[in-house]
Amino acid sequence: MIGEDDLQAFIDDRLDASRRAAVEAHLDAHPEIRERVTAERRQRAMLRGQLAAKFAEPIPARLRIANIRAARRGIWGSGNWTGQVRLAAAALVIFVVGAAGGWFANGLAPASSPVAPTTSVAQGATAAYRTFVVEVAHPVEVSAAQEAHLLQWLSKRLGRPLAAPDLSHFGYRLMGGRLLPAGDAAAAQLMYDDASGRRLTVYVRAASGTETAFRFQQEGDAATFAWIDRGFGFAVTGMASRDELLPIAEAVYHGLAGKS
Amino acid sequence: MADADALLEPLIPALRRYAYALLRDHDAADDLVQDTLERALSRWRLRRPDGDLRAWLFTIQRNLFVNAWRQRQRQGPHAALDDVAMPGTAASQEAGLEVQDVLAALDQLPEEQKSLLLLIGVEDFSYDDAARILGVPMGTVMSRLSRGRQKLRSILETGRATLLRRVK
Repeated sequence: MIGEDDLQAFIDDRLDASRRAAVEAHLDAHPEIRERVTAERRQRAMLRGQLAAKFAEPIPARLRIANIRAARRGIWGSGNWTGQVRLAAAALVIFVVGAAGGWFANGLAPASSPVAPTTSVAQGATAAYRTFVVEVAHPVEVSAAQEAHLLQWLSKRLGRPLAAPDLSHFGYRLMGGRLLPAGDAAAAQLMYDDASGRRLTVYVRAASGTETAFRFQQEGDAATFAWIDRGFGFAVTGMASRDELLPIAEAVYHGLAGKS
Repeated sequence: MADADALLEPLIPALRRYAYALLRDHDAADDLVQDTLERALSRWRLRRPDGDLRAWLFTIQRNLFVNAWRQRQRQGPHAALDDVAMPGTAASQEAGLEVQDVLAALDQLPEEQKSLLLLIGVEDFSYDDAARILGVPMGTVMSRLSRGRQKLRSILETGRATLLRRVK
């Protein structure tokens, strides 16, 4: 049997000899399919042809790696920042190992309250995620290059000491953060991204309630874990599966305590 | 870290080609490639050393483009880079005209189909790699590829029919 995937692989010239012969025979028997496949093959070739000149161009000076690297050195200065992050990561691992038992006891408790404040925290976090994760020019108000200033500022406005959880273990690096309105109070959003540009946010705002269990919410492709801890609501939002996001939420739960 | 130069530079022409096909504006395309390379350098130590560097770079570039593109959609139509009208096509030769049409027609496809046709048909990524770059299952790649090519063909055929009527 010849399937659509065979036809596509035929167009791309990726069939072995015997399979290609089978497709050829099929096309001989079905001239209308041959006509279609021939047209799509031709269009593929024309697209390649049209882009060939672009590919052949010499690399412009601004895209030479040496030049990009030189420009980056200007931004990052002495490079101490990476060292600090690494140190913090080591400290965090020790802390998480010590606290994991206690957290699981909380996390597994059944969520009982009828209108959980975690739901509204999760909704606020998702809305903020949707607004700023697509932002290219200004994804954050204050960048991670000024991390100390950022955290001092957000802590002051939230009325709570805030630390940026270290998520480098999961491949996510802090981009920076911003302040957002949340009812009559303020919310803080920290944004991270990974090597492939996937973004993740940590959202914090004042919230009442004593429920400490994690609440999971999936809205479209954005997944959120939210919880309440000592008068504040927290949420971790990202384009990830529940299983991918849970360990990150755990790390944030511990990292935000400000001890890491 | 010095190995980054030797590994990255040979891949720049293909990144520029993909960026140009997405944006159809030479300067904007090089901006996108520059962002991609800056990000790759800043994440150099986070990349999987056993992973395919080319696929990683294309994933970064595609994510950067999609983020910008989604933002543009949310802000409503701009005087977009690719709104440049095709100049006097009636006088062009048949072959030249058709070539012009492919890149323009590609622009009318949804981004997922456009990227897929470029990654497979131009950049020669395997179906597996394309699935990973776009973050979709293999089955989706095959059906999307088929739909994308059909749509491209029908755009080209309709476009040509319209033109022939006009010429007559």
